[in-house]
Amino acid sequence: MAANHEVGAPPGGCHMCLAIPGKIIEIVQDNPNSALVDVVGMRRRVDLGLLEDDKPVPGDWVLIHVGFAMSKISETDAFDQIRTLEMLGESQAAAQEVRGYGLEEIEDQQAP
Amino acid sequence: MKYVDEFRDPELITRAAEEIRRLADPNRHYRLMEVCGGHTHAIYRFGLKDVLPENIELIHGPGCPVCVLPMGRIDDGLSVAQQPDVIFAAFGDMMRVPGTHGSPLEHKARGMDVRIVYSPTDAIKLAKLNPQKYVMFFAIGFETTAPSTALTLQRAKAENLHNFSVFCNHVTIIPAIRAILDSPDMRLDGFIGPGHCSTVIGCRPYEWIAKDENKPIVVCGFEPLDLLQSIVMILKQLQNGEAKVENQYKRVVPWEGNPAALKAMAETFQLRPYFEWRGLGFISQSALQIRDTYAEWDAEQRFEIPGIRVTDPKAAQCGEVLKGVLKPAQCKLFGRECTPENPVGALMVSSEGSCAAYFNYEHRKANLVTSISASV
Repeated sequence: MAANHEVGAPPGGCHMCLAIPGKIIEIVQDNPNSALVDVVGMRRRVDLGLLEDDKPVPGDWVLIHVGFAMSKISETDAFDQIRTLEMLGESQAAAQEVRGYGLEEIEDQQAP
Repeated sequence: MKYVDEFRDPELITRAAEEIRRLADPNRHYRLMEVCGGHTHAIYRFGLKDVLPENIELIHGPGCPVCVLPMGRIDDGLSVAQQPDVIFAAFGDMMRVPGTHGSPLEHKARGMDVRIVYSPTDAIKLAKLNPQKYVMFFAIGFETTAPSTALTLQRAKAENLHNFSVFCNHVTIIPAIRAILDSPDMRLDGFIGPGHCSTVIGCRPYEWIAKDENKPIVVCGFEPLDLLQSIVMILKQLQNGEAKVENQYKRVVPWEGNPAALKAMAETFQLRPYFEWRGLGFISQSALQIRDTYAEWDAEQRFEIPGIRVTDPKAAQCGEVLKGVLKPAQCKLFGRECTPENPVGALMVSSEGSCAAYFNYEHRKANLVTSISASV
């Protein structure tokens, strides 16, 4: 459950509207539209399909919305964005969002 | 200002605030609309109202996807999910939004198969994991999230995935701005333009606001300094008698937007003739529907949709607040029947909704002050 929707929890913005910075670690071998990305200290698969015209390479920073890299940004801007999330009280929400990406978590949710 | 110590550049903040005071004509009252809910949240969070001169009024715009979705659409989506073997998948933001007979979360408590997904592609994975079930993804959002739904539709088609569809509620920001400008009870001097939505659509779609409506619009980032700088840019335009589109958020927003995202949207979506917005009513060509070429993955074509229309509770004044005609606290239900813990209207559900933002920062603060002064 989203943190800001728990009763009494501090507000943390609209999760689907969060732009979360991540650093490309590697492009997935059998799927060039997918990359392993370091996002707020977690490694997750992120979809690169929306950056088709300007494919990022390992080392590049991207802004991620709902599991999709939406734009390439500089490292300085990425750190600025991490600070912005902190200032907005949204870093926890971002971490929770990122933790949710991917198959494993869905399997976790299914577990009783 | 509340959080001034947290700011990276307190000096720049002070300078921008001083420039705003210098530029603002004391004989004029400025009404500037921040279109995006993310900006509304930031403005309250940082207490920006306290640094702005009194004659600069910020009006909260319609850019909160959860807030503008009419209750009938939630009811429609839940009615599909009531059928056997259907899994209702949606972003966490949707889970507490009230439908006529409760929120998705309350339906889950009554036995409906409701799942939170963080990305639309995870809804595809959910369908693959549950081949005997049918997954319906409740899609919502402006142009910030619509491209990811578009790619998800393309993937579902490419993989010929038969137990998956999208219930599309994506809306577009430009017609909402137009509806607000057309509203007779609304007078605005300029716009703080959406940040991340503009990453997709770019800055060109705003040009008519400058050219035809003669209003400045500045695409803006989410830090306090971004907001103050954008207000400086708007005031400078107004002082010079100009109206143009400017991009304060260049570090993230390209002028042309994201072409791949726009292409994916164009391939999968078309404009609906009209769509109902909470508070703003029916707006023509303001929302996306799935193209016929993707009919098999369109929940509205796969299922019988009741097309429920629900009027907001009479006492709630969400519409007036959404249009900026009323301030949140001026609504009769604000802080009494309607609170973030127990929302009546959608503006209280999302923390980007102006009522929840106002409640969490201004109202709680005011109550704290009252209780402290009462105890001394």
